[in-house]
Amino acid sequence: METARGRASSKGGVVREITYRQALNEALAEELARDPNVFLMGEEVAEYHGAYKVSQGLLERFGPKRIIDTPISENGFAGLGVGAAMVGLRPIIEFMTFSFSLVAFDQVVNNAPNMFMMSGGQFNIPITFRGPNGPAHQLGATHSHATESLYANAPGLKVCTPATPRDAKGLLKTAVRDDNPVLVLEAELLYSSKGMVEPPDEELLIPLGQAEVKREGSDVSIICYAQTVPLAIAVAAQLEEEDISAEIVDLRSIKPLDEVTIFNSVSKTHRAVIVEQDRPFCGVGAEVCYRIQKNIFDELDAPIMRVSQEDVPMPYNERLEKFVLPNADKLMAAVKKVCYA
Amino acid sequence: MQPVEQRDEVEMLSLMLLIRRFEERASQQYQAQKIGGFCHLYIGQEAVVVGAVAAVRDDDYIITAYRDHGHALARGTSPNACMAELFGKATGCSQGLGGSMHFFDKKNHMYGGHAIVGAHVPLAAGMAFASKYREEDRITLCFFGDGAINQGSFHEALNLIALYKLPVVLICENNLFAMGTSVKRSTSLKQIVDRAEGYDIPGDIVDGMNFREVRDKLSEIVTSIRKDPHPAFVEIRTYRYRGHSMSDPASYRTKEELEKYRLDDPIIRLRAQLTREGKLTNEQFDAFDKKAKETVLASVKFAESSPELPVEKVYNYAYFKGPIEPEWKRREGAPALKAES
Repeated sequence: METARGRASSKGGVVREITYRQALNEALAEELARDPNVFLMGEEVAEYHGAYKVSQGLLERFGPKRIIDTPISENGFAGLGVGAAMVGLRPIIEFMTFSFSLVAFDQVVNNAPNMFMMSGGQFNIPITFRGPNGPAHQLGATHSHATESLYANAPGLKVCTPATPRDAKGLLKTAVRDDNPVLVLEAELLYSSKGMVEPPDEELLIPLGQAEVKREGSDVSIICYAQTVPLAIAVAAQLEEEDISAEIVDLRSIKPLDEVTIFNSVSKTHRAVIVEQDRPFCGVGAEVCYRIQKNIFDELDAPIMRVSQEDVPMPYNERLEKFVLPNADKLMAAVKKVCYA
Repeated sequence: MQPVEQRDEVEMLSLMLLIRRFEERASQQYQAQKIGGFCHLYIGQEAVVVGAVAAVRDDDYIITAYRDHGHALARGTSPNACMAELFGKATGCSQGLGGSMHFFDKKNHMYGGHAIVGAHVPLAAGMAFASKYREEDRITLCFFGDGAINQGSFHEALNLIALYKLPVVLICENNLFAMGTSVKRSTSLKQIVDRAEGYDIPGDIVDGMNFREVRDKLSEIVTSIRKDPHPAFVEIRTYRYRGHSMSDPASYRTKEELEKYRLDDPIIRLRAQLTREGKLTNEQFDAFDKKAKETVLASVKFAESSPELPVEKVYNYAYFKGPIEPEWKRREGAPALKAES
């Protein structure tokens, strides 16, 4: 849990408030400094400092050999990363947005995660694919994809979705060190959001597959991730005024999925609402819901509700886009429904 | 294997024979339903990979498409491991998990066996990128068919390879047909090698039925790349005697065409050259052929008597270091979890 500015970290250093963008930048810099096999490649990552300025200053510090601009060829450079990983490098491939990763879908889904099985365990692929993911603001249908359920569907991939600067830094560093392909799906709308993070001289690694209770509560579990975490936190405050105590479980990783934290929370509150930033059909919430009912059915006092996007391509019009996205009203209504309030 | 420059031509001829006999036996075993899935034979094209292998070092990287049996054998993968792979056995070069189209042999620097047309060309870029990154003088040989040159990933990769001046030899095995579609019906160019010009990569056309021409041209290219890393493109004109895969009667071409190429057979040709020069007797050739047949027959016995991986082992090949979460154990019908061996 993040608390007041300036509190001491567990190792005695002083935590600072930094942005999500800075946190990612620190993670990249630290991993590049730690391991000469790590390099960052993508569109505009070097001389432009990243389309979202995540790689600010890295070219100056690490040079053009390790911070590499590419042409607009997502399939090409994603595949280049996979090939480099086959022979022992540890590439970090930036997609300007994961909406563009769809152009490289074959490399991300067919090459990276299949190599280990197909080669009988001879070739694991230590690669990180990262970049902004999820609907931002009025970008229209092609630029608004939330890709987590697409990628979590592919065995061999790991998928994480940090919602805070601390999680962004800790998960990205862990991803780079993982010996499998990992997707770090950054929240496009949260790059400028701030949060408390341990000082740079303290190693911050957050394991993949570990959810975090962002707020404790007793009446209902709101299970969320990425852009829906701040939404859930805001709604929880509103619910408090109506005497409903909501516990917020931030999944942080979609795959592996931390069932224990989910089950513990739902076993305590007996009610669950899943609020996700992606589409409803075959979405992350469907899997979470399946596992809850299968494993702790008797703990439930109400059917599980899901709040997600509407099942339509994203409209440009602001009012329509808001309607399509999960929002506070929808989440409030779902919580009240499971609480019979 | 000895340093390639001095590799004995008689030895290379027996390697071509081994590939020929292996493929003939694979065809027979496929018809006997000992081999599953798809199976693409290399018969007729042997001089391409053997000529190329004769021109490079053992630690140079080799990557190819799905017609890959010859590439693994030429690289030094044992016929036993190759046949066992076709049989789906644990002793196969990919432990029976890859099959005909996914032969891998890390020890012999054979990096697959890739079955999505064109998708491995970016991987080759990555492997060569890694060589350059580490300042090694290793060269990547990337084989692909004439069908790959119209795929987007091929074009993206060629641009990246040229842009970053990567040490890749792009080897187009032009056997005139992408499945059943002739080059004339698939490609707008008069000759395939002109693709290279579009990326400012030097290109050559080589007679793929002539071992010496392949080896000599590749040696020249490799020597030049070793001095100063750069890409090169060779269109090697060859012919496959069999259909695209085992299920293809190849009715899209004439008997006369096939007969014309059979008369130009790469094995007959090298044999004649060596005999003429007094380097090979008929008795020696027959002995090599007999040995190749015996080796291949032994590989069938080896494959037949080899074990398969136990089913529950499948979970160990989704992720490096094993399953990432416990859910699979609870999925309906999943086998009981056994202690890790």
